[in-house]
Amino acid sequence: MPEPESTSASLPTMLLLLPLLSALVILLAHRVLKGASVIISLLSATVCFLISLMLLGTKDATPVLLPFLEVGKFKVAIDAIIDQQSRGMMFIVTSIGFFVHLFSVGYMKEDESRERFFGALSLFMFSMTGIVLAGNLVMMFIFWELVGLSSYLLIGHWFEKASAAEASKKAFLTNRIGDFGFMIGILMLFMANHGDVSFAGLKESFAMGPVHDAVKIHPTFFLIAALGIFMGAVGKSAQFPLHVWLPDAMEGPTPVSALIHAATMVAAGVYMLVRCAFVIEASPDASMTIAWIGGGTALMAALIATQQNDIKRVLAYSTLSQLGYMVMAVGLVALQAGGHHDTAAPGHPAMFHLYTHAFFKAMLFLGSGAVIYACHHEQDIWKMGGLARHMPVTFVTFLIGTASLMGVPFITSGFWSKEAILGVAFEVKGGSPLFWIGVATALLTSFYMTRMFVIAFLGKPRTDSAHHATEAPMVMILPLVLLAVLTLISPWGWAAKMLQAMKPDHAETHSTVMIASIAALLIGSGLGFILYRGKNSDPLASKGLFKVFANKFYFDELYAVLVKVLQDGVAWLVNGLERIFVDGIVARLPAFAARRIGSAARVLTGGHLQGYTFLLGAGLLLVIYLAIFVLPQMGH
Amino acid sequence: MSPLEIVILLPILAALAVWLGAPARATSIIATSFCLGVLTLLCVQYHGSTGAELRYTHSIAVLENPAISFAVGADGVSLLLGLLTALVAFAAVWQISPEKPGIYHIASLLIAAGAFGAFLCTDVFFLYAFHELALIPTLLMIALHGHGDDEHRKAVAWKTTVYLGAGSLILLAGLAWLVLEYSGGEKLTFDLTALKAQAATTPLPAAKQASIAFVLLLGFGTLVSLFPLHSWAAPAYASAPTPVAMLHSGVLKKFGLYGLFRIALPLLPQGFQAPWVHQALLFMLLGNILVMGFVTIHQKRLDDVLASSSVMHMGYIFLGLAAGTEIALRGAVLLMFAHGVSIALLFALAGRLRSQLGTLELAKLGGLGAHAPVFTVLFAFGAFASIGLPGLANFAGEVMIFIGSFTQFGTDSFGPLQWTVVLALWGVVMSAVYMLRAYRSIFQGSASTGLFMTDPAIAQRVPMILLAAVLLVAGCCPWLLLGLLKTDLASVTEAASTAVHGAAKAAAGATH
Repeated sequence: MPEPESTSASLPTMLLLLPLLSALVILLAHRVLKGASVIISLLSATVCFLISLMLLGTKDATPVLLPFLEVGKFKVAIDAIIDQQSRGMMFIVTSIGFFVHLFSVGYMKEDESRERFFGALSLFMFSMTGIVLAGNLVMMFIFWELVGLSSYLLIGHWFEKASAAEASKKAFLTNRIGDFGFMIGILMLFMANHGDVSFAGLKESFAMGPVHDAVKIHPTFFLIAALGIFMGAVGKSAQFPLHVWLPDAMEGPTPVSALIHAATMVAAGVYMLVRCAFVIEASPDASMTIAWIGGGTALMAALIATQQNDIKRVLAYSTLSQLGYMVMAVGLVALQAGGHHDTAAPGHPAMFHLYTHAFFKAMLFLGSGAVIYACHHEQDIWKMGGLARHMPVTFVTFLIGTASLMGVPFITSGFWSKEAILGVAFEVKGGSPLFWIGVATALLTSFYMTRMFVIAFLGKPRTDSAHHATEAPMVMILPLVLLAVLTLISPWGWAAKMLQAMKPDHAETHSTVMIASIAALLIGSGLGFILYRGKNSDPLASKGLFKVFANKFYFDELYAVLVKVLQDGVAWLVNGLERIFVDGIVARLPAFAARRIGSAARVLTGGHLQGYTFLLGAGLLLVIYLAIFVLPQMGH
Repeated sequence: MSPLEIVILLPILAALAVWLGAPARATSIIATSFCLGVLTLLCVQYHGSTGAELRYTHSIAVLENPAISFAVGADGVSLLLGLLTALVAFAAVWQISPEKPGIYHIASLLIAAGAFGAFLCTDVFFLYAFHELALIPTLLMIALHGHGDDEHRKAVAWKTTVYLGAGSLILLAGLAWLVLEYSGGEKLTFDLTALKAQAATTPLPAAKQASIAFVLLLGFGTLVSLFPLHSWAAPAYASAPTPVAMLHSGVLKKFGLYGLFRIALPLLPQGFQAPWVHQALLFMLLGNILVMGFVTIHQKRLDDVLASSSVMHMGYIFLGLAAGTEIALRGAVLLMFAHGVSIALLFALAGRLRSQLGTLELAKLGGLGAHAPVFTVLFAFGAFASIGLPGLANFAGEVMIFIGSFTQFGTDSFGPLQWTVVLALWGVVMSAVYMLRAYRSIFQGSASTGLFMTDPAIAQRVPMILLAAVLLVAGCCPWLLLGLLKTDLASVTEAASTAVHGAAKAAAGATH
């Protein structure tokens, strides 16, 4: 018997309403509420976390919460898709959301406008919950853009700083470019499926409905549709060539980087792609493109990360690189499924990695936040050093996070999820170059993480602020410890049940894959340790190729030129042409007539403009009179 | 007497009273808020109604032959636009600062009355005449009280007068042609319902319909600043006094779109079916979106940005009319409403900025977010609404226009209309570029030039908060507005959607 609609709808409704109300109340009344804003936001995050735990025990359903747009057959509802995927993702979002709220209570204590910060954080929770629950593409798009807005607000939290203002603008605009493609993809699917854009309806239609046959007749149409949808993910998950906004987004407060720009929002692209897996599977060309863009991003970002000196930037490029892994997995799995995807298959390697990565990367970011807080807002790792002794708890949690990210075999969750992705690359026909790219990325990951860890935590303090660093307060340490525990136990115990939903079924381990990734770990971290132990500056910094890495392959410079030429230049040109042609030629005729009438009018009115206008009004009335009363009479 | 007549006449009476010496501010606020109340009630009463007939009709015969009568009547579309007029008029008169002369109020009231008349009359003659009535105070106010020096102001007023005058004349010619053709040599009528009945029973030949439709497109198009007949609009809005800019760009400009929707599409269904008319419209609206998008990016002053962006956004509404499907037409009507509210809010805020700081040059501004947080939030509402952020009013209209253009799937599914939509979507990116740039340079960063302002006092916030609240409510609950549009579009839809497919097929045929 199906569960009654009301009970299955109540939990997701609360998940959406609570953070929305919290955001609205804080926005409207933060001057009255003051510190209470923080409590409201934290409370909403806590309750959402508890609800997401309750959600784990519910049955699959897609209740409609609110009709949004309805015209005839065309319906877009705010609904809530409850299935294994959304339950798992909701757990990630709300648990990390809760930890980050808690951490922020400490981190943002001194901030003048922390009410605004917590309001925006609640707005983000609302938007992100909407993405997770979205049961159709238009609703997905709505919350997609809202997440973009809250990210914009949070990156630009310190908007008086020019760099933060620019970074927030860049993030929003880059995402808009992705959304341009996303919208085209949605429109094409809308068209192909005769107006039904719900995931359930689309999936069915792709499997055996009208779209199933159309795919064979119009392969290009569906290739473009799939790439359009993918473009949305390229923007949100910061894949090449739209990756440039994410490192700049580190201008936002560090808790924001942990929640939005590492664990949840940037992973939304991957989540959406997995939701739309059937669209991608329908087009092998699209699958291949996606896999290569993901692999390319993974390698490129890892190379850049080896030469970054800002602790948050290293982590940001590492996030890019890991998102690349996930996107690569999406493409590879789609290629493997090749149109006959088993709908009952529970896990997806991309979602599995998303899940493990979310926890350890959020922990690493919060750890970096604790370090930055302790070193009085110093972010340059070369000005740190020896922090292990001063901040033991942060040190241990950071170590656990680093080990997970590098994929220390058997004991860390990161190892298993990376294995799953490399395994798919290994199995898929034509995937072997991507497999080696994946291994190379793993090697680089171990290298740059070791480098950062050695420079910041080991050795001797290089500056006073590093020397006087002390452990962060309890409210910041607690989330770190909890996240570390979650990271450690996630492959085992009750948490494994969660994992089950994410973990791909056939955990077939290939010895080649395992040997390659363990070798990559050993070589990478060994090199990092030898090169950077006891150093006070980067020995690689002056080498030619590394300069290119340090400068992020000059993408920012390239895009700045493109914007200057293609946007501002064209705008200048079009503006000029508009002046010359439209204003010059199209306007010439009436202006000519006007001068004639004008000179006549000047005689009559003595040159006053009011006179012209009255004359014109009177003239118009005269014309009306002539046209209506005189002309018809003449016709008879 | 119909409540609609009261709504049309009250602002005229109020204007008269102010002219005779009644307290300007109180009179105009009372009059506009009364209109707002009446229209809100009518909208609530009408909500959900599915009958096709007009409501609240009343007619006073003026002439026997040609048959002209002062006839009013409304359906959901006219009520929604009437509500928009009342909202913007209320906000516009409220935000006029007390030291301004009474003519500000008189002009605003007259423009509002003209707009009410244009939207609520069902007689083509009065519909046209009321629009003219509203134009005269608009032009006068630009000439007398516009921004900028004497020379510039008068040049702008003159140019606007010439353009709108010429547009009105072309429109008049088109309407006269239309009415004469439908008279069949017998009794002339200007009654829309009668004309519609004639169009249904004895339609004109397709070629003639196309010619008349094109003339009407040029006439109405000039009034809505359809590319390339738009060059009056940006300077006019940039120099118009704030209430006039709010009322004209927010409300009065919609008259041209309303006219196309109300008169041209139903009476000349085959006219818009003609491929050359249809494709000409697509080219022109792309000019609005892409050319004006780039032009807006190039602007260096806030008033120029807003004025050009307002021209640009007309392209989307034209796109909805060109698509002509049930979804797209409703989207176009929603967007008319949403655009009106958002641009009025932005012009109101820009007006305040100008009066407080004396400049709207983006390079000279900065860091206002820290000094005037409420003002900043209000501006953000307007700016983000105008770039189509979900949750604010414009999104629903835009997305319905886009989706409504993608309803046919088949071998010829990607016709000119769909390509137009793809290109038009790029405009959404461009809007974000210029709006966020403007927002960035006004509110973020630091105020290097030392120009700063404080938040408006509570009483001054009323109109802006009202408009922002409408954007939010309409954005979160678009079904509230869609409830007004449950009927009436069918006849337009039928005609226009066949028009679209005819045009698309013809184009596909031409390329093969």
